[in-house]
Amino acid sequence: MLETITLLISITFMYSAPLIFGALGGVTSERAGVVNIGIEGMMNIGAFVGTAVCFYSGNPWLGFLMAGLAGGLLALLHAVASVTFKADQTISGIALNLIGPGFSLFLCRMFFDGATMSKPIANKLPKIFGNIKTGSTAVKNLNLDITAVLAAALAVILWFVLYKTKWGLRVRAVGEHPAAADSLGISVTKIRYTCVLLSGIFAGFGGGCMTLDIIPQYTPTAISGQGFIALAAVIFGKWTPYGAYGACILFGFAQALTVVLGGGKFAIPSEILAMLPYILTIIVLILFVGRAVAPKEDGIPYEKGTR
Amino acid sequence: MQLTAKILKKPITSALISVVFGFLVAAVVLSAAGYNPWQAFGALFSGMFAKPKYFSNVIIKATPIILTGLSVAFAFKTSLFNIGAEGQYIFAAMVVTLLGMKLNMPAVLQIPVLVLAGVAAGGIWGGIVGILKAKYGIHEVITSIMLNWIALYLSNYVVNLQAFHQPNSTGTYPINTSGYVMLLPTWKYSDSGKAFLKRIPWLKEVMLKTDVNFGILVAVLMAVLMWFVLYRTTKGFEMRAVGLNRDAAEFVGINVNRSLLESMVISGALSGLAAAMSVMGMAPHNISTLAAFENNGFNGLSVAFIAGGSPVGCIFAGLLFGGFLYGGKNVQSEIGAPSEIIDIMIGTIVFFVALSTVISKIADRLAKGDASHA
Repeated sequence: MLETITLLISITFMYSAPLIFGALGGVTSERAGVVNIGIEGMMNIGAFVGTAVCFYSGNPWLGFLMAGLAGGLLALLHAVASVTFKADQTISGIALNLIGPGFSLFLCRMFFDGATMSKPIANKLPKIFGNIKTGSTAVKNLNLDITAVLAAALAVILWFVLYKTKWGLRVRAVGEHPAAADSLGISVTKIRYTCVLLSGIFAGFGGGCMTLDIIPQYTPTAISGQGFIALAAVIFGKWTPYGAYGACILFGFAQALTVVLGGGKFAIPSEILAMLPYILTIIVLILFVGRAVAPKEDGIPYEKGTR
Repeated sequence: MQLTAKILKKPITSALISVVFGFLVAAVVLSAAGYNPWQAFGALFSGMFAKPKYFSNVIIKATPIILTGLSVAFAFKTSLFNIGAEGQYIFAAMVVTLLGMKLNMPAVLQIPVLVLAGVAAGGIWGGIVGILKAKYGIHEVITSIMLNWIALYLSNYVVNLQAFHQPNSTGTYPINTSGYVMLLPTWKYSDSGKAFLKRIPWLKEVMLKTDVNFGILVAVLMAVLMWFVLYRTTKGFEMRAVGLNRDAAEFVGINVNRSLLESMVISGALSGLAAAMSVMGMAPHNISTLAAFENNGFNGLSVAFIAGGSPVGCIFAGLLFGGFLYGGKNVQSEIGAPSEIIDIMIGTIVFFVALSTVISKIADRLAKGDASHA
């Protein structure tokens, strides 16, 4: 029993880590008023670049860092489009979801002998307590991935920055009422650029979590929908860091349930179990969450001089 | 100058400029990777046009994404973002396959029943999103994303049920032949058909080597119908009003929630129609276990945006997209460049479509400059 519970906990944190990074990215960009539907694409490029760098350098931390950088680079495109050129942010995000995986697979074929799958990496990101050999399985299960801790830390930091610092107040002001922020001398452009870039970096980290930790290689399906789930978590969590974090944990928990329940003890077909997280999300939304209100100017390019 | 401004303002202009940029970026990427872009584009186009059967396949490939493109474009007119076209397509394909397999009526009944079933299934899947949006205010993007996955797993579950699963395969049994919507499916293999086709080589190639079907006609018809509904009926006007300004629409007495729901149902129905046409119109006429999304719905998003939301534009954008998808395979087989260059190219095109607001601003400036000089 204890083993099952700790297993549930460990899988919950494992599955939710990439989602949390992606969702926090979404929160960062949308609080500043830029809709980011391209998280999926940014996670994908992060996942590939992370693995490739780790494979050739042998250093998973370098891979993780580069994963973030790659996501940020893709986000730069989104920032240029949505802030400088005041483009339609939804369309630009959709474009990134095509460009990201396209580049990942293109590069993967270049670097891994024409295959769309990278070779497995030798060193994964570590666990919190390193490699413990002794103790019961129940205790070993609690030796979480370091990414779970990093994700939680990032959520706390982001909450602190957004709600307790001057800069965070400015970010939120830009998302709610850019004209008012502008009239107080805050550079809407600078804030939005920073936030979109950060969102790409976070999403890239999320992709890195996936391929440097959960499945230690890049495959075309390594990132398949996590970015969209993260997007849903942003809305689910009402555009707050803790809300998004909670939504991802809930989702990870539902995933963990399906893994644990799917262990053959129950006569539920695996495909039906696999639906559980998604159905649960909808039910929770109907019962508890209700109407989601986005930052007021989310998705609307700011034209100087408008009110 | 006024003329230039006018031309620049046409949506087709920004679409064309975006396509040019798509090729430019692809050329840069290919060169950087050490491939000759001219050869690559040559391979792409010969993969689309070199043989009659290639072109026929381009149209066949384009049919479902034109329809899902229309689906996305329709919802977008009511300012709903239907990222769930994928799930609506999967659910409808499942329903059509099961019915087509279990029912065996004469074609005159079988075909309409299956088409209606697909339309209804897609409509229901889209309608769920609409109800949750109208009744509980849940954002359509979340529910759509969740329903995409639910449809995927539901479909996989059904594929593996003993009643439908074809042994030693990853799919179900195919639907009964009375539900086929190819052009003259039995005649073309009959003696008289073969004798006739022998005289016209290109037609023979197209008819016998590809699944020429009525889907493209249906898609074109739907584009026209959609334009009519949106721009010539009260319902369509109400939906567009809701899309342009929800509060204003409510103020003048339009039932906003009903419009949202209707829009989602119609949008889902179009994706369902896409699925019905695919299952009924082309081999293997069944559904298989899905390891990941097949992107029939997600590609509809790109099509709708390249088309600028215009129904007729969706036809051309769908053909372009279908052509790239089909011809793109040739890039890999002929010159060895990764076929993913096509994704990069399409992504770039969509990206520049997003940037096209700039073009209309330049046009405004041109027109203004002209006026001030005069």
